[in-house]
Amino acid sequence: MSAPTQEHSHDALGHGHGHGHDGEFSHPMPIWMLLTVFVALLALTVLTVYQSTFSLGNIEVWLSLTIATVKAGLVIAFFMHLLWDKPLNAIIILSSLVFVALFLGFTMMDAQGYRENLIMKPTLDDSQPAAMDVPVSK
Amino acid sequence: MTTAVAHPPVDSHEGEHHEHPAWLAHHFDDAEQQFDAGKLGMWLFLVTEVLFFSGMFCAYALYRNRNPEVFEFCSTFLNEKLGAINTGVLLFSSLTMAWAVRASQLRETKTLIGMLAATLGCAAIFLGVKAVEYSHKWGLGLLPGNLYKSQIEGAPHSEVPYLWYLCIPPLVLLVCFVLYYVYGVVAASKFHLRIAGPLVVAAGCYFAGVGLGVFLESGEEHSSEHASAGHDEHAAGHDHSEDHAVVKPKVDFLGTTTGPLNDVAITPAESATPESDVNQKGMAGLFFSIYYCMTGVHAIHILGGMLVITWLIVKAANLEFHSKYYGPVDNVGLYWHLVDFIWIYLFPLLYLIT
Repeated sequence: MSAPTQEHSHDALGHGHGHGHDGEFSHPMPIWMLLTVFVALLALTVLTVYQSTFSLGNIEVWLSLTIATVKAGLVIAFFMHLLWDKPLNAIIILSSLVFVALFLGFTMMDAQGYRENLIMKPTLDDSQPAAMDVPVSK
Repeated sequence: MTTAVAHPPVDSHEGEHHEHPAWLAHHFDDAEQQFDAGKLGMWLFLVTEVLFFSGMFCAYALYRNRNPEVFEFCSTFLNEKLGAINTGVLLFSSLTMAWAVRASQLRETKTLIGMLAATLGCAAIFLGVKAVEYSHKWGLGLLPGNLYKSQIEGAPHSEVPYLWYLCIPPLVLLVCFVLYYVYGVVAASKFHLRIAGPLVVAAGCYFAGVGLGVFLESGEEHSSEHASAGHDEHAAGHDHSEDHAVVKPKVDFLGTTTGPLNDVAITPAESATPESDVNQKGMAGLFFSIYYCMTGVHAIHILGGMLVITWLIVKAANLEFHSKYYGPVDNVGLYWHLVDFIWIYLFPLLYLIT
């Protein structure tokens, strides 16, 4: 595929960056922006490893999830450049996160109700086969 | 079709009966419509991926909520350092992938192939480190479900060389890629060399990842061997200070133990006490089921991503991408970032439990 790029891009420049029918639609990310996001992601990774060295009890899992969510937000907004994408695409992916929240939320809400049916039961005798099928009387 | 005519087609040698460039499928009006349609489809696919992984996160949440102590216990067997390094490697591969999208839009073919090669290499490093982690756990009997072996000090370790088995497929691939590269040199084909170069580098990166993983994992192994030998405390103490972060949680959990004897395994006496029920098939085994399921499915996604990135390298070597046709790079990029996205959650949830 030999392509006359030069003419192509000149042509595109002439039309400007509008959303015209035959205009340019690509949006190259500036390199400084990519590098800044990467450094921010690395810094947040260091932060999450660092915070795990303290024992903060129950808050800890929420703190690490919050940091992870900030990182995920950076990846989605910049690396996946959702900020410059069509609103429809943003609605689609964000709605999936809403449904995940509903899914996890409703499952956890009545988790106490079937707590005893979860099969994570201890077997005191290591040599006992089929540990998870055997009801344990304690 | 009128717009395609208005713009001189980039490539028209296939346009015998249609007046559109080869890169524009004939059922699309113009390049932008084609791009938007592809991208919409990709986002919908990513939605199914998010929902698919959320099922496993749901299982994780339920069992962690049910038995948090099991997760605290088992997390100490995961090497935090290796997990953190893999996080960094994946984040870097996301950077190079986003850069590759930029290069494809600007038609910088050399940068594009270089960035795709870097992404592929990072994926290989990730898998190499993962192979070390997996083989190490298999050797200790940290296996899913009923295969789990209670961690008791002095228990015989499996002598099966799992890591060597995991190195065989990449080794075969490396040989094939080197042969392909030699063929490219002999045939003096720039096209083949552009493809073979990144492939050789990526296959080599797997072994770099294995080396890195073995190096970091051996530090831990070393100290535990010293400890179980029960003498030479001085030399062992040196290693312990480095592994303090990994060792500490378990000591906290068991409460009663101090000193270097409990680095890797706990003593039989403790495993008989009720608090140590966690060190059993039905408890720790289930954690490792969840662990292998989540990280394994994630690793399969990495493998799939490597295949499509290879496909992109072939297309890039063929000079197919330009500012009106970079959809494949962009969409593979979206997929790759999603794989990174999943790992961003997996890392703290599995490795960093204290």
